[in-house]
Amino acid sequence: MNLDSKIPEGPLSEKWSNHKFNMRLVNPANRRKYHVIVVGSGLAGSSAAASLAEQGYNVSCFCYQDSPRRAHSIAAQGGINAAKNYQNDGDSVQRLFYDTIKGGDYRSREANVYRLAEVSTKIIDQCVSQGVPFAREYGGLLANRSFGGAQVSRTFYARGQTGQQLLLGAYSSLNRQIGLGKVTMYTRHEMLDVVVVGGHAKGIIVRNLVTGEITRHAADCVVLASGGYGNVFYLSTNAQACNVTATYRAYKRGAGFANPCFTQIHPTCIPVHGEDQAKLTLMSESLRNDGRVWVPKSKELAEKIRSGEINPNSIPEEDRDYYLERKYPSFGNLAPRDISSRSAKEVCDEGRGVASTGLGVYLDFRDAIIRDGEQAIRERYGNLFEMYNRITGENPYQTPMMIFPAVHYTMGGLWVDYNLQSTIPGLFVAGEANFSDHGANRLGASALMQGLADGYFVVPYTVGNYLGELGIAEAGFSNTQEDAFEQVEAEVKQRIDQFMNMKGTRSPRSFHKELGQIIWNYCGMSRNQSGLNEAIEKLQKLKKEFWQNVLVVGKAEELNAELERAGRVADFIEFGELMCRDALMREESCGGHFREEHQTNEGEALRNDSDYAFVGVWEYKGEGQIPVLQKEDLAFENVALATRSYK
Amino acid sequence: MKLNLKIWRQESKESKGKFVDYSVDNISEEASFLEMLDTLNESLVSKNSVPVAFDHDCREGICGMCSLVINGEPHGPEKATTTCQLHMRHFKDGDTITIEPWRAQAFPVIKDLTTDRSAFDKIMQSGGFVTARTGSAVDANEIPIPKEVADKAMDAAACIGCGACVAACPNASAMLFTGAKVSHLNSLPQGKAEKERRSLLMVQAMDEAGFGGCTNIGACESVCPKSINLDVIAQLNRDYHSSSFKKIMQF
Ligand SMILES: Cc1cc2nc3c(=O)[nH]c(=O)nc-3n(C[C@H](O)[C@H](O)[C@H](O)COP(=O)(O)OP(=O)(O)OC[C@H]3O[C@@H](n4cnc5c(N)ncnc54)[C@H](O)[C@@H]3O)c2cc1C
Repeated sequence: MNLDSKIPEGPLSEKWSNHKFNMRLVNPANRRKYHVIVVGSGLAGSSAAASLAEQGYNVSCFCYQDSPRRAHSIAAQGGINAAKNYQNDGDSVQRLFYDTIKGGDYRSREANVYRLAEVSTKIIDQCVSQGVPFAREYGGLLANRSFGGAQVSRTFYARGQTGQQLLLGAYSSLNRQIGLGKVTMYTRHEMLDVVVVGGHAKGIIVRNLVTGEITRHAADCVVLASGGYGNVFYLSTNAQACNVTATYRAYKRGAGFANPCFTQIHPTCIPVHGEDQAKLTLMSESLRNDGRVWVPKSKELAEKIRSGEINPNSIPEEDRDYYLERKYPSFGNLAPRDISSRSAKEVCDEGRGVASTGLGVYLDFRDAIIRDGEQAIRERYGNLFEMYNRITGENPYQTPMMIFPAVHYTMGGLWVDYNLQSTIPGLFVAGEANFSDHGANRLGASALMQGLADGYFVVPYTVGNYLGELGIAEAGFSNTQEDAFEQVEAEVKQRIDQFMNMKGTRSPRSFHKELGQIIWNYCGMSRNQSGLNEAIEKLQKLKKEFWQNVLVVGKAEELNAELERAGRVADFIEFGELMCRDALMREESCGGHFREEHQTNEGEALRNDSDYAFVGVWEYKGEGQIPVLQKEDLAFENVALATRSYK
Repeated sequence: MKLNLKIWRQESKESKGKFVDYSVDNISEEASFLEMLDTLNESLVSKNSVPVAFDHDCREGICGMCSLVINGEPHGPEKATTTCQLHMRHFKDGDTITIEPWRAQAFPVIKDLTTDRSAFDKIMQSGGFVTARTGSAVDANEIPIPKEVADKAMDAAACIGCGACVAACPNASAMLFTGAKVSHLNSLPQGKAEKERRSLLMVQAMDEAGFGGCTNIGACESVCPKSINLDVIAQLNRDYHSSSFKKIMQF
């Protein structure tokens, strides 16, 4: 497996512009001879598909929802970062770069992160030109706020619906190209495999989710922008059908999978209510700007709260433990996500949790309301408070909000080089689906930025360069009659037949739940060697049972949510094992990956830069074989490695 | 709690549908409406029966995928709430709940409670955009936009495209949806250049897709989970008429 990161020569700040200059250009008249497949219509997919089509390429774009506008990017609430320095508070490309590297706990690639910071400013320009209604000041200029873990105000937002508005912007550009006939949109279509011809990605096999028909699609290259794999935990803040299938299938066809164990647990979600729960809801992190996190100092008080004996408001100041403010005085309630989440777990493990399950902490607005008035708080967070009230039936203006961590984002993903190309030539990966940029922990408001950076400003260039190098003689050369298409399609069909014919006794959802429990317990907020080994054993058993006992009712030739879930869960189970192997391999604690064996006396994460400053990339070796670890060593030439401290 | 459900079952677009009775037990008040349906479906699967098909994805009230007419009301009884955010504490033990798909000619049923809403995408493709090619934008702060204007655009842009407005309208009109988009883009300076073209093309696409006309009933507004205001229809009418007038004058 070739892990050449292809980082261009030259100083950090000139790499991207030099690289763009050195790229091959495709003559505009020739562009229409090329065909590009984009899987996904989220921020990364829509922006890439629209931009490539604007350049003149023919694009086919796929999503599993009934409209491209419904991709899960729509759910992002808080905001998008950009180094505009509109607030004149000392922000710069260099600072955003530095914050992202540090926030990622020094496990990301400098050159990619710098480029991300560099193009971030153009994203805001682009979105505003499309009519994205970002929040504004009375003077008409764009408003900003500061967001989890940042000491400057660089986050742009559109009420609590930033993801929705950015996606509607990208979707509108995509629509324009669909209307012009440059993009063919396939909604309610799920990609089930990648087709590699002569070592290059040349197409995909998809299932029409309405008719069940399996079809082949050929192109000159493929861009995967299929989102993250948080649903491996069953309960997460992701949408119900978010999956790992697209990227995991690519992995099985030869694409390296990087850092699968790097997952982000978000500190501010609404606690779990019961067995039948299917989804966890995120409360925007912006709430931590004004809310104070606490639990009672004693177990006894916590017990009384849980049983409903006392009301949290009646607990005097001296009996409250504002543990984030206590432990991290300079960042306080704004401590980064991994740290806040782990601290919440700690206090709950000590028996000081609130919520009926004991798994919850308070996020209290009492002091902010006294300070700024209820009206001010209502203006800032009104819609979030309403949402909280709708879900829990409680009024957060009067009773402190309860929160608990939940899986939210996956930093791991398919390995890509500087051009966002995977180890399979012609297979590009954008957005949450790739591993680039966020290292072991992502900063708030940086995923939207990365998705749009990849889609608007990186992929359109690097795909063009790839096609240019391929040469015009190759354009449109691949066709669906090739043996490789035939073979992959047969495998896809055979797998579906297997599901349908199994006639076991357990529903796909029940396997999914069990999988989620295993991953949450052993590969969640904290991990250890024996637990991970146990998890791998359990997962292998689960996989065996799944393939003997899953029950898929209905038919394959119709809309069949059970069949869809079965396919996704089958991939998640195998993928879960890969996650655990990765977590087991990484004998250090960094970012979202906390290995209990590696902590300081004060319980803080202990990184091991001399042995683990690398990207862990897994190479598939065949059914039943243990995957092989490959390493991309990370070189830090512009930032000095330091212990992350938020004290 | 225990509930009786009357659910619309329809095998495919072509087949005839009918109501089928089910009952579910042990539903927690904390569960969401869709989690209640998940429970029903799991029990159907355990009896080897085909579960009820319904659309859903984010379950946070923002993707617009979920639908369902619940006891005659799109998205159910709670104001400004999507079906996925509706919780069972709003129902009582022993209740009978009727669940149907969106019903509109332009939204044919695909299966059970799932409908085809691609007509909305067609409207958007006809003109629901500002022509802004990637890389051609000026600095974002070069276009100052008064806060009130930006806020008004945002009010309209909050539409999630779920289609409840169409389902609630006796004429199955898509004016609230189309009005929201037109109002969002036409109010902003970036959207001005294409204002007329956009208004004409989107209304034309709406008519072609088979949506009915608007007779100012207002049912759309009252079921809208994002509280989109009827004002957007007024703006659409204004912009459409002034655009048609200009178009006539040009010829
Ligand atoms: C609740 C929530 C709030 C968030 N808030 C913020 C925030 O405030 N700021 C921030 O920066 N980030 C936030 N994030 C993270 C951010 O939203 C995501 O990381 C980002 O939007 C992912 O974009 P994407 O384009 O990579 O993928 P997605 O938007 O997930 O899109 C994936 C696309 O791929 C398609 N797809 C997937 N699999 C297949 C398949 N097999 N076949 C065909 N199509 C497929 C889907 O249909 C979809 O179109 C939030 C995330 C969540 C869950």
